[in-house]
Amino acid sequence: MRRELDVQRYPWIAVLLAPLVAVFLQAYIPRFVPRFDIIDLPLLVIIYFSVGWRNPIAGTLGGALIGLMQDALTSRPLGVNGISNSIIGFLAGSLGVKIDVENPGTRLLMNFAFTLLNTVVYLFIVHRLLAIDLRTNWLHEVIKAVINAIVGVFVFDILDRVRVRE
Amino acid sequence: MESFLTRYKNLLFLVLVLALQIAGLAVQIRRPSPGAPDGHSVRLIRRWAVALISPPEEALHGGGSGIRNLWANYLDLRHVRQQNQELRERVSRLQLEQASLMEDARQGQRLQQLLAFREHYIYSTVPAQVIGTSGADQSQVLYIDKGSKDGLQPDMPVITPDGIVGKLKDVFPHTAQVLEISDQSSGAGVLLETTRLRGVLKGNAFGQPQIVNLLPDERVKPGEHVVTSGGDQIFPRGLPVGVVDHVVNDAQNPPYVDVVIKPAANLGRLGEVLVITKLSDQMPPQERKDIAESAASLKDAGVQRAADILDQRLPSVDPTTQAADAASPDGIPPLVKAPLPLHADRYTPDATPPAQDLVPGGRFTPDLPASLTGTSPAAAKTAQRKTTAGGVGPAAKPARPPRVPARVAPETSGNSESATGVSVPAPASPGP
Repeated sequence: MRRELDVQRYPWIAVLLAPLVAVFLQAYIPRFVPRFDIIDLPLLVIIYFSVGWRNPIAGTLGGALIGLMQDALTSRPLGVNGISNSIIGFLAGSLGVKIDVENPGTRLLMNFAFTLLNTVVYLFIVHRLLAIDLRTNWLHEVIKAVINAIVGVFVFDILDRVRVRE
Repeated sequence: MESFLTRYKNLLFLVLVLALQIAGLAVQIRRPSPGAPDGHSVRLIRRWAVALISPPEEALHGGGSGIRNLWANYLDLRHVRQQNQELRERVSRLQLEQASLMEDARQGQRLQQLLAFREHYIYSTVPAQVIGTSGADQSQVLYIDKGSKDGLQPDMPVITPDGIVGKLKDVFPHTAQVLEISDQSSGAGVLLETTRLRGVLKGNAFGQPQIVNLLPDERVKPGEHVVTSGGDQIFPRGLPVGVVDHVVNDAQNPPYVDVVIKPAANLGRLGEVLVITKLSDQMPPQERKDIAESAASLKDAGVQRAADILDQRLPSVDPTTQAADAASPDGIPPLVKAPLPLHADRYTPDATPPAQDLVPGGRFTPDLPASLTGTSPAAAKTAQRKTTAGGVGPAAKPARPPRVPARVAPETSGNSESATGVSVPAPASPGP
């Protein structure tokens, strides 16, 4: 018999602040550590909350808002990250309904797959919808996915601490 | 219908959100040109996001600066006196160097004026602190703590003393976005200093600046300096960009190559930058004052100017001859005379005797005319006999004393080897 998965609850202040802090750190730390921009903290936060809420609509909306905020800080048109993060939020929310993602191994695989998928969607939008000649190195993108998967395990562990325990 | 909406509400919501964003993208890219500024609503969203992120960045930066200043102003003053002395000496030395180079620069400017070329000087700059980045590896963007309230405008160039950084893209009241030269959507006109090849600098997938679409050229070597060409109408000409790191084939556009550049400015760890707010064809007053002071100190020190040194080394018109020519009574400008040779030989003009004087099968020895020797023909002939044909004796001495001393061949008899290494026969000695 299939075990019923609980919907995770978080304090509203954590839900509000976590994405903002992620976007802030993403913008601030590369000033001192230039290669930090290979990590996508806002994406990891979207994945975490979407999976925890087990709600694709909330994931889609959260992904769109955080993605648009990321776009606003770049030189690209608004919506590029918004679209890709919306899709990731939707898929993460749908996945959370079906499987238990508390296991670090599952989280590692999930973060790797979602980061790579996010890159694919992002590049599709840039190349096909915007017709921007953006050069891509796929080895770099795979390494980026691996790093995000590893960092994601630790980020999820930190975010687990703000979860409301029943 | 209701069950359809209930069943697929998640998917429908996703489609709705995506449709809205795609519509938003379509509106944004419907601009007349890729470099055109964003629309009002897009600008507004960017402004909100920056307003949300910038204050904590500025606060952190301010706090960090306060601690650093405390350390620098009160605790780390041990070697200040010695440093001050060293810097003073350095400033004096640089002033002298600047003044000597300015003479050459002025000469260049005069030539440029003749060609109606307008030089652009950096007239005014605004210093700014880097407070943040875009945070995305696909978008090389910086944020600085100065904005439109400080006189900044889009497309103004951003530099450091080491080299160029990028240009302003979006300018907000108190912050501004800098598009770095390593971004793929950036572009700057550059020039390879030695090979004089021109190209466009853009970022690559790894966030490195590179000159794109160059034809393969073996002369382009790592280490060659790259400067701005001024062709983009944004960066003034001659600013350092970086050095050539390596050359790679452009897989998408064969046979072109991309020249990857190591930027002169450390783009990864920028602290303070300068925004060029005004370019002018006039030199700024402070710079003019500095140069005047340098020139005065140069005069006092009796240091020879670079232009004077060049004047001595390069061939030029003899002032006495020039004065004599200018004083011709008929007012007809004199013909341009060929420069006098330092090493006269059989190919020297006027050195060959008329055909009737030549003996069939006889060896010809150049008999230099007085115009070349500066002496009487008889004396020249005597001198000619005393020296070897390939050597340069008094016969080769030009009218104007050469600044580079001519090499004199040793007096020899019989077959000898001249200073040039050519074996030449000695003239037959007169009989008893």
